[in-house]
Amino acid sequence: MDRQLPNPKANKNILRITYVIAGLFVCLIGYFGYFLQFRRESVINNSYNARLDRFADRIVRGELQSHDGRILARTAVAEDGAETRVYPYGPLFAHVVGYFHMGKTGLEALGNFYLLTSHVNLIEKTVNELSNIKNIGDKVITTLDVDLQQAAYDALGDRRGAVIVMEPGTGKILAMVSRPDFDPNTLEQDWDMLISGENTQAQLLNRATQGLYPPGSTFKMVTVLEYIRENPETWRDFTFDCDGQYECGDYTISCYHGNAHGSQTLEQAFANSCNGAFAALGLELNPGGLYTLSEQLLFNGEQPLSLAFSKSSFVMGSDAGVWEILQTSIGQGSTQMTPMHNAMLTAAVANGGTLMKPYLIERVENAAGEEIHKFFPESGAKLMTAEEASLLSELMRRVVTEGTGSAVRTDAYPVAGKTGSAEFETGKETHAWFTGFAPVDNPQLTVTVVVEESGSGGQIAAPVARAIFDVYFSR
Amino acid sequence: MVNVIIEVSKYLMTLFIAIYTYLNFSYFRFHDEERQRRICGQQNLIMALLHLTAYSILYLKSEDERFILFYLEQVVFFAAYIGLYRLFYRNRTQILVNNMCMLLCVGWIIMARLSFDKALRQFFIVAAAALATWIIPLIVNRIWQLSQIPWIYGLMGLGMLAMVWMIGNNSYGAQLSLTVGGISFQPSEFVKISFVFFVAAMFYSSVNIRSVAAVSLVAAAHVLVLVLSKDLGSALIFFVTYLAMLFVATNNWFYLLSGAGAGCCASMLAYGLFSHVRTRVAAWWNPWADIDNRGYQITQSLFAVGTGGWFGMGLYQGMPYKIPVVEKDFVFSAISEELGGIFALCVILICLGCFLQFMMIAGKMQASFYKLIAFGLGIEYIFQVFLSVGGVIKFIPSTGVTLPLISYGGSSVLSTFVLFGVIQGLYILKKNDEEDYG
Repeated sequence: MDRQLPNPKANKNILRITYVIAGLFVCLIGYFGYFLQFRRESVINNSYNARLDRFADRIVRGELQSHDGRILARTAVAEDGAETRVYPYGPLFAHVVGYFHMGKTGLEALGNFYLLTSHVNLIEKTVNELSNIKNIGDKVITTLDVDLQQAAYDALGDRRGAVIVMEPGTGKILAMVSRPDFDPNTLEQDWDMLISGENTQAQLLNRATQGLYPPGSTFKMVTVLEYIRENPETWRDFTFDCDGQYECGDYTISCYHGNAHGSQTLEQAFANSCNGAFAALGLELNPGGLYTLSEQLLFNGEQPLSLAFSKSSFVMGSDAGVWEILQTSIGQGSTQMTPMHNAMLTAAVANGGTLMKPYLIERVENAAGEEIHKFFPESGAKLMTAEEASLLSELMRRVVTEGTGSAVRTDAYPVAGKTGSAEFETGKETHAWFTGFAPVDNPQLTVTVVVEESGSGGQIAAPVARAIFDVYFSR
Repeated sequence: MVNVIIEVSKYLMTLFIAIYTYLNFSYFRFHDEERQRRICGQQNLIMALLHLTAYSILYLKSEDERFILFYLEQVVFFAAYIGLYRLFYRNRTQILVNNMCMLLCVGWIIMARLSFDKALRQFFIVAAAALATWIIPLIVNRIWQLSQIPWIYGLMGLGMLAMVWMIGNNSYGAQLSLTVGGISFQPSEFVKISFVFFVAAMFYSSVNIRSVAAVSLVAAAHVLVLVLSKDLGSALIFFVTYLAMLFVATNNWFYLLSGAGAGCCASMLAYGLFSHVRTRVAAWWNPWADIDNRGYQITQSLFAVGTGGWFGMGLYQGMPYKIPVVEKDFVFSAISEELGGIFALCVILICLGCFLQFMMIAGKMQASFYKLIAFGLGIEYIFQVFLSVGGVIKFIPSTGVTLPLISYGGSSVLSTFVLFGVIQGLYILKKNDEEDYG
């Protein structure tokens, strides 16, 4: 067969290709190792992973605690081994703590993997395993603050709506309330009633992250930012004469309850939430400009949240008609957003334009209290420049000092914020919004409130925020 | 108590396969045949221990007596296969025989855990394949005319693929198999081998530009028909194998680079033209976005691998059956989930060991026909391993190819036996030559 001479060149090339293949496998194995070492926990902690439920055969589900160690959920084991999940605060933390029996939501879903993993010491673990005793799962210490949660819950009362309290500098979520609510202790008994077609309350919905509302005048933060970006030199020269009704062709835009604001600069129009001024201003903006900006501000896309959330939507494109522009500029029209999204925008303004990724789990400890994991603040998107953030916060400060936000005007701490009264159906009361932060120069807390079908933001939502700020700044 | 035994056994099995893998690579350090023989003996012992441990657990956990009988049948098979090879092919490479047996053994452990009936069926297919391919080393040795009939390989292969494309059975949206007399088989598995023979025989007779053009045309036709049948994994394997063989046959960098360039263009074109290609890529890029649907299989696979971690959940402790088609394309995830990441890594390394051996044999062959065959089959084999493993751990988009010798499926295992048989034949040929003239 040796018709051809042996070919040393060919062998050299075989060697080269062998190296290439070996290189490919080094990458493959490296990726595999990286996945197993660093990515596995975040991947498998997913409600679609039925395998985790198997862990419960060998582990007693761990506790969920507030940031200062108060128990939000624990598993009681009866003498016969029957396990019951107990939620000492009842409905207070219903949505944010969530549940895991009827599907998984809230922190019970986020922390599922940790709660079902045990880091008790190895000897104890082995002894337990040999004698068929379940090990105790790890504790998840959350960022939640019981006092703030209670204050928000009480201030909202029996009205439908949502409240979110965050630390803008870290992204820690300190409180998250959604009402109406349910009692997680009796969830299984109440389930049929909760999901029945005749029930129109939607108690199971976490309105804070999944409720979509027209933003109303809180959207003027976006409109004004676009105007400032388009007119960086001249925006302070803007003036508008408001007689309570702004007429543009066949269309009329009214201010809240037809109030005439008189002559308004941009700062005054923002503080007084003058619809006429903003509708007029909206017509001056570049077509499509608001669309681009709103997408930068997390509309129509993913939000940096680990909880289940609804996507906010902004649809007005560059081909919009006059009426759509008038409506959209003042936060009406077809724009929709979640309270959590509004809270994130506010937190970004408070934090010099950078959104810190909101988070709920502070650390994980084993049953003996030794730290297993710690979670640190992470920067999310840079939503605007520091200069823009400071301009917006200046404008929002004036809302409180001389505009619609008088309910949070106090000498105890300086608040900056924006109110909104969002119309959603003719003839019904508006949804009341307030979103703001304090202290204005060194923001420590952002509070976002929406109260459904209740009246004006300044009169209804701002006092809710006030109650929370009072609790926070009085300690 | 059983739980504790399972817990301990998983570390034991990891240890066994780690030792086996270590021996596999240390084999290459020694040139002394006696040492090599001893290493192979140690490997057989370790393999027997691993096999016994695994089947003890399977029996303990299932309490099904059939496992005992099945275990014994397997032991007989391994003993007979290794023993008969030793008897008939004095100059065989024992380490390759061992590796085949080890991979089969891993396959039968995980298959028996997933479905006893499938494992049993697979066992009989393997036994038949082993018997049928027994003679291949002899054929390779005795029939030198194998290099004289390139067009038979080429046209036969192309014809078979075209038939699948036109009248093949549809599975998961691709035409993969033909049913003849009630038996369904995947021709592409066999055409893989005839294709390598075709290319090797053609380049053996000439590597001038006309010949390169003709072979390239036929190779492109193979790939095209596979793409049309939506068998993307095979298409990719054929393409890469051809390119590598072309490069080694001609030593021409221009061919390699322009071929690679054409491949890139073709894949972009395929991405634009075929929605199933886009689907695969999307399911790879962000499976979480469509976890109920397109992303379901890969995310379940990641859950399996992730939940298993480095040491695995232990046999019967995981949920590998949650992954669709787990016993075929996603068998690696099942291994990783229950036997552990380290175990799974060792499986990859054993496959890689086989490949290195193939390359060494290719390097030693004098005649370019044989050299190219060993090289081409080696590339085909390892690239398939790469696609299979890479696909299920989301390193690359999933292409739906099996893990040779481990996955469930008759055609795959039979063609892999042919492949290993041919390589074994080449090794024996070389060894006999050395003895004659050396």
